[in-house]
Amino acid sequence: MGKNKVKSSLESKIFTIINVVFMVSFVVVTLYPVLNTVAISFNDGIDAVRGGIYLWPRKFALKNYQTVLAMENLVTGAKVTVARTVLGTASALVVNALLAYVVSRKRFLFKSQLSLFWVITMYVNGGLIPVFLLYRNLGLTGTFWVYVVPGMVSAWNMLVLRTYMLGLPDSLEESAQLDGAGYMTIFVKIISPLCKPVYATVVLFVAVGQWNSWFDAMLYNRMKTEYTTLQYELMKLLSSVMQQSGSAAAASERGAAAAITPLTIRAAATVVTMLPIICLYPFLQRYFVTGLTIGGVKE
Amino acid sequence: MARVKAKQDRKITWKEIKRQKSLLIVAFFVTVYGIIFYYLPLAGWLMAFQNFKPKSGLLGSKFVGLDKFKFLFEDATFIRAIRNTFCMGALNLLTTTVMAILFAVLLNEIRSKIAKKTVQTISYLPHFLSWIIVTGILHDALSSTGIINDLLLRFGVIDQAINFFAYPKFFWPIVAFANCWKETGWNAIIYLAAITAIDPCLYEAASIDGASRLQKIRYITLPGIKPTIMILLLMNVGNVLNAGFEVQYLLGNGLVQKVSQTIDIYVLNWGISQNDFSLGTAAGIFKSVVSIALIVVCNQMAKRAGEERLF
Repeated sequence: MGKNKVKSSLESKIFTIINVVFMVSFVVVTLYPVLNTVAISFNDGIDAVRGGIYLWPRKFALKNYQTVLAMENLVTGAKVTVARTVLGTASALVVNALLAYVVSRKRFLFKSQLSLFWVITMYVNGGLIPVFLLYRNLGLTGTFWVYVVPGMVSAWNMLVLRTYMLGLPDSLEESAQLDGAGYMTIFVKIISPLCKPVYATVVLFVAVGQWNSWFDAMLYNRMKTEYTTLQYELMKLLSSVMQQSGSAAAASERGAAAAITPLTIRAAATVVTMLPIICLYPFLQRYFVTGLTIGGVKE
Repeated sequence: MARVKAKQDRKITWKEIKRQKSLLIVAFFVTVYGIIFYYLPLAGWLMAFQNFKPKSGLLGSKFVGLDKFKFLFEDATFIRAIRNTFCMGALNLLTTTVMAILFAVLLNEIRSKIAKKTVQTISYLPHFLSWIIVTGILHDALSSTGIINDLLLRFGVIDQAINFFAYPKFFWPIVAFANCWKETGWNAIIYLAAITAIDPCLYEAASIDGASRLQKIRYITLPGIKPTIMILLLMNVGNVLNAGFEVQYLLGNGLVQKVSQTIDIYVLNWGISQNDFSLGTAAGIFKSVVSIALIVVCNQMAKRAGEERLF
């Protein structure tokens, strides 16, 4: 018995050590590349091309940020990105919440049909080309609205909202109805205030998606510089760096004239782009954890 | 009895329709929206059987039967794209699932609450970054002056910096790593929730019986989250073919084209860049049909094995 206990405590200790090593390496692997980018963004451009910058800039410079904030396309991209995030998220929340409210009403006549109608869209979709042609025929391509209108309803978000609403007691609706409230009054005055946590979840998911998307800008608004987005501009910077990475020497020669290089510029643009998300997400943890758990058990 | 009453309640009567007017109006508009944005593109599938010309439209274009599909399956690039999509999708699914489970199980064994919370918060971070940022960061880390080459050189594993993006053999592992880096913490959320739901009595009983921590993981934690693992695997197998665009598109280059091109990139190249809408649509249909078949097959397999099902 005693011997057994010694053995198990030794095993437990070894386990703990291995576990701590694993977690520390996990954190290092996750954080290092991000911190490295921050360090590069504060470094002098030509100096950075030599490499060897780790967690701290070697030759400190703010030039990269000055350049980035003065780049017209990035500023336009930032404005468009903010606008699409705000408008896209607000409209998606309102429409998804309304739809979820409708399909979660016990007495609604087409409850199951309407749910099925949306669940099908999760599995079957037209694909890139038919959707592209549809947006073109609707006159959405080449406009700002192509970022907002097509994403307004998503079956997944709707199901998360519906699951949450179904969990609210029926008596709330019934007693309000006895008092003469209509369905829309109940939605605005009774259901929505109770749904704040799940609304926050959906807002978070949609907003992050809007902030991070680049493909729609490339596909539908490639020619429209006034509707470019931050991520798309960042992508263009990335491909210019990748083209040059084969010849670092050439880059440093060219950089010598400008004292900035695509490498540091891109690092600065990356930091600017991810800053809002990094600052916000730790405070929203409890919302996405609940959202995912609801989503996971929705069937 | 209650069920019968509910049925009666939902009988379509004028009175009920009037009562639900506002609900019906919302339902109507959302359905119109859904038909336009989700169901109308399905009519575009007709293009795959036509020599579609935007000028003549869907009704005026000439039908060519299965010609486009025949072209697809005779095109070596497309066959390679299928292979690449499947292999990368499967590799990603496998590595991300294993990593997420490993991370969740090990994190659960951390006793200090603060350490646990801190590690978990950090682990979510990459999920919120766009693929543009992630591939950019990864590109820096793997560049000739990046940290990986730096470490390899320092420890004498190699004597000259490697350009990782120039060798096809590195591409799939890089993509798998990128996916693990981005999603491990996020995917672990559901597993952690499942672990929390395991009855603590089981662990206590095991401790009394003298089980070690590894044994507890092996015989209690893992079986406890098995249904969650199964259902998530099922959901993701249907998505294997959908997981092949952003990273491959952003990290691919001429040198690794043969292993980096996926079906989605093929669709983009032919459909948008070359303006062959019919061929692009045909490739897209192939992907959709295989995806749905995969979901159905997995669902049946799970049913037979007595595991949880999607539908």
